[in-house]
Amino acid sequence: MIRRALVALGLPAVLIVLWWLLSANSTSFFWPPLSDIVAAFPRTWTADPIRNDVLPSLARLAAGYLTALVAGVAAGTAIGSSRTLRSLAEPALEFLRAVPPPVLIPVIALFAGYTGWTAKVIAIALGCVWPILLNTVEGVRSLDEVLRDTARSYRLGRSATLRHVVLRGSSPLIATGARQALSIGVILMVVSELFGANRGLGAAIVQFQRGFAIPQMWTGIVLLGLLGVTLSGLFRLVEHRYLAWYRGLRQAERGV
Amino acid sequence: MTPTAALDVAGLAKTYAGHGEPVEAVRDLTFRLDKGELVCIVGPSGAGKTTLLRCVAGLLETTGGRISLDGAPVTGPPAGMAVVFQEYGRSLFPWLTVRRNVELPLREKGLSRAERTAKVDAALDSVGLRDSADAHPWQLSGGMQQRVAIARAVAYEPSVLLMDEPFAAVDAQTRADLEDLVRRLWRRLGVTVLFVTHDIDEAVYLGERVLVLSNRPTVVLEDVRIDLPDDRDQLATRSAPRFAELRSHVYGLIQLAKQGHRPDTA
Repeated sequence: MIRRALVALGLPAVLIVLWWLLSANSTSFFWPPLSDIVAAFPRTWTADPIRNDVLPSLARLAAGYLTALVAGVAAGTAIGSSRTLRSLAEPALEFLRAVPPPVLIPVIALFAGYTGWTAKVIAIALGCVWPILLNTVEGVRSLDEVLRDTARSYRLGRSATLRHVVLRGSSPLIATGARQALSIGVILMVVSELFGANRGLGAAIVQFQRGFAIPQMWTGIVLLGLLGVTLSGLFRLVEHRYLAWYRGLRQAERGV
Repeated sequence: MTPTAALDVAGLAKTYAGHGEPVEAVRDLTFRLDKGELVCIVGPSGAGKTTLLRCVAGLLETTGGRISLDGAPVTGPPAGMAVVFQEYGRSLFPWLTVRRNVELPLREKGLSRAERTAKVDAALDSVGLRDSADAHPWQLSGGMQQRVAIARAVAYEPSVLLMDEPFAAVDAQTRADLEDLVRRLWRRLGVTVLFVTHDIDEAVYLGERVLVLSNRPTVVLEDVRIDLPDDRDQLATRSAPRFAELRSHVYGLIQLAKQGHRPDTA
């Protein structure tokens, strides 16, 4: 356990030390010494910016991400369960997936406004929904025929089949999609604030940069990185708990 | 049809439409199981045994004939039927524990928690798996997993139990144990069992009757009555002269079936 923690933290520690040493005597305006950035961190991220920038950004991320999760799993289950729906929807899905989500931000802003929450939440949700949707379709489609027959022969109702068989059976793939969507969501949380927003984590970083508050700008980037790590850590915790059976199954299959 | 028939199959036909040429899998199958009978079905490989079983289970639409369970026509999976599939590893829900696997169909039946617990415990006891109730299926051996599937079927309390080559994928010793388990449960519970297998020895050892199927398109070649004593024993029964006779008779029928012999051309 301790050994694994050391291995996991080893490379980041080395990189931080390198950054610290290499930037120690830096006189470049754009590359301040890491010690300056660390010193600026508590001064920059006080209660006010946390309440008015960081938390609203995170709330928008949560709203967009959860919307995408619900919509993606619902639509993916419907499409995955029906061959007709799948052949109808697949070409359109391939096209929509290929559109880079940040491109949509100005388009969404046209009808939802630049400054409000709506456009940003929609942008995050639209970016996150594709990996979740496509993985759910695949998960539902590839559910074992024998499991379906078993559910049918024991006359499990529609809702029980959905809850206990279809969704549980596709959950490993849904989790894969949700993990990809999480990093897309963090990116879109920031990008959606780069266009004419005045508050938010992304907006704050842009404003520091425009005001030549370079160490403060760097603290914002570090904060984003830390948030990303925390979110993926939380995700793994949830996944670890709900997909314990899947890890066991895979191990058992490899062992045979 | 007399009132004692548990399962009545008359003129069952199944043709797969598919792409291109339609394939006639089952032509005309007629047989009946009386209440409490244990009947085995054997046939050469590719005789449509699984097609037949899926039709009887209501999982596959027929293209002709009638199937009735306790007098009521089978149009979808009927309430009084449980199926044990060959692929035990794919028929148990890997995300549920053994207990929850057995319990899930009972929840759908609307039984109270206390009733469910009692039935699940009894079913797991009857297959000797009470101690593994909280394990997941993939933590168990193949034979144990198939016992879980049997326990699930038993707890469901069906009037007819269908078994589709349930022991084809387990080793010989486990197989013998499971065969005896099926005989024991059948005698204790009085359930009607339709047991599909490709193994002639298994069919003769288990059944009161053995239906031998022809090759495709399938019909019943012969209905063989197995007049062995009710108390069967892996050693004594299998070495009895009568067992050998019946076994050779069924074996001969299968050979005929493979050569394309059909009852109407005899």
